Amino acid sequence: METVYLAIPLAPLIGAIVVGLFGKTLGRSVSHWVAIAAVAVSTVLSFIVLREMLWGGGQPYNDTVYTWMVLGDLRFEVGFLIDRLTALMMVTVTSVSLMVHIYTIGYMHDDSGYQRFFSYINLFTFAMLMLVMANNFLQLFFGWEAVGLVSYLLIGFWYQKESAVFANLKAFLVNRVGDFGFLLGIAAVLMYFGSLDYQSVFQSAQASPDMTMSIWGDAEWSVITVACILLFIGAMGKSAQAPLHVWLPDSMEGPTPISALIHAATMVTAGIFMVARMSPLFELSETALSVVLVIGAFTAFFMGLIGLVQNDIKRVIAYSTLSQLGYMFVGLGASAYAAGIFHLMTHAFFKALLFLGSGAIIVALHHEQDMRRMGNLRKYLPITHITMLIGTLALIGTPFFSGYYSKDIIIEAVGHAHRAGATFAYWMVLLGVFVTALYSFRLYFMVFWGEERIDPHAKEHMSHLPRYVMPVMEWPLILLAIPSLVIAWFTAGPVLFGGYFGDAIFVAPANDTLAELAGHWHGPVAFGLHFWASPAFYLALAGFLTAWFLYIKQPGLLPAIQSRGRLLYEVLVRKYGFDWLWINLFGGVGRGLGRLLWRVGDVTLIDGLIVNGSARTVGRVAGVLRHLQSGYLFHYAFAMIIGLLVLLTIFIGQWRGWFA
Amino acid sequence: MFEGWPILSLLIWLPIAGGVAVLVAGDGAPRLMRWLALVVSVVVFALSLSLWTGFDTSTAAMQFVEHVKWIPTFDVYYHLGVDGISVPLIVLTAFATPLVVIAGWEVIQYKTSQYMASFLIMEGIMIGVFSALDAILFYVFWEAMLIPMFLIIGIWGGANRIYATLKFFLYTFLGSVLMLVALIYLRYQSGSFELLSFYGLDMALSVQVLIFLAFLAAFAVKVPMWPVHTWLPDAHVEAPTGGSVILAAIMLKIGGYGFLRFSLPITPEASMSLDWLIIALSLIAVVYIGLVAMVQEDMKKLIAYSSIAHMGFVTLGFFVIFDIAMATGGDGEGALLALEGGAVQMISHGFISAAMFLCVGVLYDRMHTRLINDYGGVANRMPIFAAFFVLFAMANAGLPGTSGFVGEFMVILASFQANFWYAFFAGTTLVLGAAYTLWMIKRVVYGEVANQEVAELSDVNGREFLVLGILAVAVLALGLWPAPLIELMEPSLDNLMQMVVAGTQ
Repeated sequence: METVYLAIPLAPLIGAIVVGLFGKTLGRSVSHWVAIAAVAVSTVLSFIVLREMLWGGGQPYNDTVYTWMVLGDLRFEVGFLIDRLTALMMVTVTSVSLMVHIYTIGYMHDDSGYQRFFSYINLFTFAMLMLVMANNFLQLFFGWEAVGLVSYLLIGFWYQKESAVFANLKAFLVNRVGDFGFLLGIAAVLMYFGSLDYQSVFQSAQASPDMTMSIWGDAEWSVITVACILLFIGAMGKSAQAPLHVWLPDSMEGPTPISALIHAATMVTAGIFMVARMSPLFELSETALSVVLVIGAFTAFFMGLIGLVQNDIKRVIAYSTLSQLGYMFVGLGASAYAAGIFHLMTHAFFKALLFLGSGAIIVALHHEQDMRRMGNLRKYLPITHITMLIGTLALIGTPFFSGYYSKDIIIEAVGHAHRAGATFAYWMVLLGVFVTALYSFRLYFMVFWGEERIDPHAKEHMSHLPRYVMPVMEWPLILLAIPSLVIAWFTAGPVLFGGYFGDAIFVAPANDTLAELAGHWHGPVAFGLHFWASPAFYLALAGFLTAWFLYIKQPGLLPAIQSRGRLLYEVLVRKYGFDWLWINLFGGVGRGLGRLLWRVGDVTLIDGLIVNGSARTVGRVAGVLRHLQSGYLFHYAFAMIIGLLVLLTIFIGQWRGWFA
Repeated sequence: MFEGWPILSLLIWLPIAGGVAVLVAGDGAPRLMRWLALVVSVVVFALSLSLWTGFDTSTAAMQFVEHVKWIPTFDVYYHLGVDGISVPLIVLTAFATPLVVIAGWEVIQYKTSQYMASFLIMEGIMIGVFSALDAILFYVFWEAMLIPMFLIIGIWGGANRIYATLKFFLYTFLGSVLMLVALIYLRYQSGSFELLSFYGLDMALSVQVLIFLAFLAAFAVKVPMWPVHTWLPDAHVEAPTGGSVILAAIMLKIGGYGFLRFSLPITPEASMSLDWLIIALSLIAVVYIGLVAMVQEDMKKLIAYSSIAHMGFVTLGFFVIFDIAMATGGDGEGALLALEGGAVQMISHGFISAAMFLCVGVLYDRMHTRLINDYGGVANRMPIFAAFFVLFAMANAGLPGTSGFVGEFMVILASFQANFWYAFFAGTTLVLGAAYTLWMIKRVVYGEVANQEVAELSDVNGREFLVLGILAVAVLALGLWPAPLIELMEPSLDNLMQMVVAGTQ
């Protein structure tokens, strides 16, 4: 199996290198076949690994690939930990990645950076796999930053666009703020648990959970809490949780396939995966879990609200992603790690589907992203319509769709949780269901129903298309629609209640909310039929009906509502001022401070005042020398040579005894 | 292969002899002189590798020792030797020089042979600094180093070069005079100029502090540390590309080397009692200089400030060891991590700063401006160059997988063990370093073609590709597998640490 494990990340790496370096020579179709073949290899092998785990009696694998460096007893290594959590992530990542690779053939077919794009998404797949397969913090951080790099490159893929290169810089810097916390968290782990290897860290943490440290004054802080919160700050950056979420909506500047792959299905879920992976640590700190719970709940509800006022189709889905990531964190914060990961998986499928569907619309309408210039598209794009409807139904948690199982369990779990913030979180995620249904069906109705508002220019473009959506783009939609509908039917039971994760996830018995719910689980059908007992169902229904009423039944009401709720509307359009805060407070103050330190500190004080005397002397001497310069510098050189020759003579003389 | 050869002498005198030959042969045949310079520098690099391959990593003792009487009247010896600290720096020096020769190939049309000669002589002298074990010999090389750099900036520099050269010369010269006084004092304490005889001298703390400060004056200027750093941006702006490369890649490291070879082992107690000063200055370098770098409008100035910030990690790593030893009960691992981190950072910064300055040089050769605002959308015309520039920028921002990550990572992890806030302020480089580097990239490389000059740019030629390609390989190799470098340095650094710890007890 070791070769298999190694081949899984290396295949896309080789693909990325080959396509990246020789793409121009290979040409377009060879390049995309190389890239797709590489990911296909990873996908097939990942399924083999999963099968081995499930039915082949495969034991977790934990070993070193190579030693990065050794220092005394400290080992910094690159190595793999393959257990059931990893296997699930590997399958999710590679299969969504494969769909996106295929879809890209159509989406990017007339782009001049075709090969570069394939090289990047191959590289991304490699980096993401390294992240999930890591068995230590060094490699985790390596993967963490590497996916950030590829995200940076891909958001700025169309580097001529000012908005794109602004967005990628913003994304990288905001992520770096998170990584700053993450790195300090790793430093804390190394200091107190003496290793970077997951297993030994977990063991030492379990052995001494009550260590304290002082940060400020005499107050003693629990080491585990501090470390977990620092690590979670990293997760907030990568998984875009408030207030570090501001980069994700802007990341929509990148091509749509990567919005699906990186900014919905995989990279942004790295934070969720990390917290689940660190469950043996987080379980030791109630405080840290409460922080996770509250931040997630806040993001789930309030970011969903912003989605209501967006008109760019991709941005609606982006805010939806923020909100859904918040749901996952709520699951983790309620100690229902399996539910968080399960939602990660179902979300990966239906959210990738929604993004790819919106990409199909965007291409068909000649790069139109504004939903106000869409409408009634079901006529033109029937397959996109049906598949996106499936995705939407899954997203809002319609009974029997995959999202229903994953989201409902999170809501139930947080309802059963007892830690601080749980009540707040419960109400947030419950109300969030209404919001989710509202913005989702707002999108659906605005795009696919109502009157046709397509821009004449786009309409003209459409009339030249032999087919509105290429088959190579439609197939991935269909292939993603299937798991969006059915994946939970046969996975919900084992993953949530059947102990699928085994030792990969640790839950303290007192916190085990999922175990409390297990008694109510009588299979997916029974659970689906039981929808009427869940308040979430009625909230989703209300959201759907509101959207229908406002966008289909009585569209005339909208302007009135908007002007009545002017204040709220403005708050939402301005995204609560987070962007303003980041750009002005941090960007502006940082630059202002830099200018101040430079002008006042360096130029005026150090150079002007302290170096004053000598600087002026230097100036005077320089004034004199300027007249002598050209002819005399040659003499300097000559003097230097003479000096060296003298030195050489003395040295050789001493050695040969000439002066004895 | 070269067993029994005086390799260190060859490494010092071969480039100097080559430089003299190039100089004497004069301007008559610049083409031939370039080739001669290249051959000499490549041979020296090959020879320097034999230091690495022939190095015995099981001992911290000096190796490849040459010990000959030089000026018996003053008890001065021609004493050379290397350990795990100096070998990588010598190899780095020998690595950088051929790159500078190639980078200046057809760019330097004015006094070509003198230009090549200066760099060859410079190389020999710098290797001399790293291998001298006699205090006077060290001092001679140390001062001699100023002359070629002075000439390089003064002759091939920009419009304001005379001001910059004098600032550079006076700053560094004033610092080193104090060092000379300290060296002479130490000679009377130990009875010889042997550098190793200065180690472990029993001196009162007050005396140690004075010696420490004298050394600090010399080394802090070279590193450079805040607030004696203002010569560096000026020198870089005026220097030709090759001069900037050598200045950033090698000369700054001599300051760091000085701390390891002199300050820490000779005055351990003073180092311990004044470590707060160095730590504070290092953190100021990271935060203050990082902010200042962000608002620079001149690319070379920006990279110069970024160099100062990165060197802050070197000095932080070297002087945080006392606090770590105290906080962790002295099991030594954390302190060694810091020391190694600082040393790795020196090598890594050698690669990255060289690469960054060469990238700016590539642009400057075409557009004759270093101002960020004169650029925009370079990637449209120079895609290969853009790929290199972004790679080196990422390395400068400390991305894992590049060499820039290794040293910073080690120093941050280690300084956390001394104090949360050290790691906190050092860690701000994750944000600041990315901000100033990538903001520059955004404005220079990305965007629409900004103007007619940019529209006419041509991508890197074979020569430039070669130089940048070699550096890219170096940056990635060290980032992906730092183990060989760590192993090379570990025994010597470990020994140094034991010595320092013993000296403070």
